[in-house]
Amino acid sequence: MFQRLNGPQTLGNGRGFWIGALAVFAVAVAFPAVADPYDVGNFAYFLIWIFMALGLCLMWGYGGMLSFGQTFFFGLGGYGYGVIEINIGAAHGGSLAALVLAVSVAALAAAILGYFMIYGRIGGVFFGIVTLSTTLALAAFVGQTAGPEWTVGTARLNGFNGMQGMSSLQLPWFGRDIDLEESALYYFLLVLLAATYVGLRLLVNSRFGNVLVAIREDPQRAELLGYDVRRYQLVTFVIGSLLAGLSGALYTAWGQFITPSSIGLPAAAMPIVWVAFAGRSDLTATFVGTFVLLFAFQTITIYSEQSALVLMGLLLVATVLFAPRGLMVGVGQSLARYSARRGG
Amino acid sequence: MAALLEIRALSRTFGGLFAVSDVDLDVNPGEIHCLIGPNGAGKSTLFKLVMGTYTPTHGSIRFDGEDITQMTPFRRVNLGMSIKMQAPSVFRALPVWQNVHIALQRRVPRRLLAAEEGRLLDLLGLTAEAARPAGELSHGQQQWLEIGMALALQPKLLLLDEPTAGLSPEETFRTGELVKRLAQAGMTVMVVEHDMDFVRQIATRVTVLHLGKIFAEGSVEAIVADPAVAEIYLGTPHANADS
Ligand SMILES: Nc1ncnc2c1ncn2[C@@H]1O[C@H](COP(=O)(O)OP(=O)(O)OP(=O)(O)O)[C@@H](O)[C@H]1O
Ligand SMILES: [Mg+2]
Repeated sequence: MFQRLNGPQTLGNGRGFWIGALAVFAVAVAFPAVADPYDVGNFAYFLIWIFMALGLCLMWGYGGMLSFGQTFFFGLGGYGYGVIEINIGAAHGGSLAALVLAVSVAALAAAILGYFMIYGRIGGVFFGIVTLSTTLALAAFVGQTAGPEWTVGTARLNGFNGMQGMSSLQLPWFGRDIDLEESALYYFLLVLLAATYVGLRLLVNSRFGNVLVAIREDPQRAELLGYDVRRYQLVTFVIGSLLAGLSGALYTAWGQFITPSSIGLPAAAMPIVWVAFAGRSDLTATFVGTFVLLFAFQTITIYSEQSALVLMGLLLVATVLFAPRGLMVGVGQSLARYSARRGG
Repeated sequence: MAALLEIRALSRTFGGLFAVSDVDLDVNPGEIHCLIGPNGAGKSTLFKLVMGTYTPTHGSIRFDGEDITQMTPFRRVNLGMSIKMQAPSVFRALPVWQNVHIALQRRVPRRLLAAEEGRLLDLLGLTAEAARPAGELSHGQQQWLEIGMALALQPKLLLLDEPTAGLSPEETFRTGELVKRLAQAGMTVMVVEHDMDFVRQIATRVTVLHLGKIFAEGSVEAIVADPAVAEIYLGTPHANADS
């Protein structure tokens, strides 16, 4: 099992790496004990976005499919959670069911959209265009649902003012419900994210992962080795998009609020900035890099939102120019070389 | 004995050009069938039609008793055919061992993979290069790697499009011996080649393609002795057929 976590598709395969990773996890577990609740809530907020970054890393870095549609699925997950939770209630596992159903909606949408794109042989730049158009269409649609007629059951979409009134996640626990807020939510997200990271590492270092990178390198050669290339691409697209749906549902549960601006253009560009900056070719780099960026972005935003956006843009340009494979991947490779020199 | 591959009235046009034109061809089990012809004769196009990376404009293809004319390439591969294409196509950014691994992992159970991988790398003479990205190999080594990947599938029918391009005379000879060993072990091989020494070394039957059509077919001796075949080669200055 441990061996299958490691392989050619990931940086950081040695014992040293895993000891470091466990140490980081331990610090993350201890964090709420020493930090003030505001910071814990903030860190929970950072963790939420990493799911969709990892999903994009899988599709783009490993599968060669650059999707601009992460916030489309984020929106489906986010609004899906709101609509379902408001209608079925949070008690007796209702909010968890809403979470699962919302993510399923996103996955189903990804299967349908992905099927038409991949089996319709929409490739290269058109893949980006179609996913972006779909995203903008959803943002525009939700934006014009301000009127009272736009309700689903008892849930009102509420246009640009945003949807609200859903409750946070309630975890059924031996006959009572634990309200997942503050540190409880933080721990829930931490465990879910760690499981997602481990699951994705298993996936990319499996036989499936080998085929996935082969398809990224040369789809025709992969097909001529007997692999059903389009099925692999579709499965990858669904997994990557589903993780965006998960981010969306968790986001709505965290803030009990969502607006169409989480779907539209500036938002849609963010996952791409994170993953490009961090290094799309590696899950760990994406994880760490996204966290660092979110943290930096928020810290700067406190002083000026404008300068934070400008800085993001500059960072992207600098990454493309100076570290085209991503800054965190560069750091990771230097670390690997350093430890190899010391080890050998 | 029924033919392994039956091609009937097969045509493929590009614009107005008939790259392959009304070809009928049978390939029998166990034979080494060489396909020769001047540049642009349609040899590679015929191979791509057989593999399914091009669809025919007209005609049909049967493989192992099954009509595969409309089948996707990966299904054909899974029926038991594989190809080494004319232009090297390996996974350039991936290490050599992983290229081999990806080709093997469909067929070979996990616990045998490492051993099989080592054996194949050894056969290809690429053990020392295993960790290098495949794109850094020489042209000849990339050709060998691709042949190795096609072999890894243990196909019933192996298609080799110019397997000796970029190889030294000695490597070419070794490739020929390998192909003969494969045929003796029961594999059927189709080879597109310009090097007539190589064709002499391996062929059990030769088909000459010219302007998309079958021009002649027979034993190596008969083809080499045919003055009409010499003429079509002489008519095309770029052909590097044995003089
Ligand atoms: N995809 C394509 N689009 C347009 N024309 C093509 C295409 N593929 C092949 N052709 C044309 O079809 C004809 C046959 O090409 P093909 O590559 O099959 O020849 P060949 O016999 O393999 O030649 P060579 O010995 O040079 O490899 C040529 O005139 C070529 O230009
Ligand atoms: Mg050719």
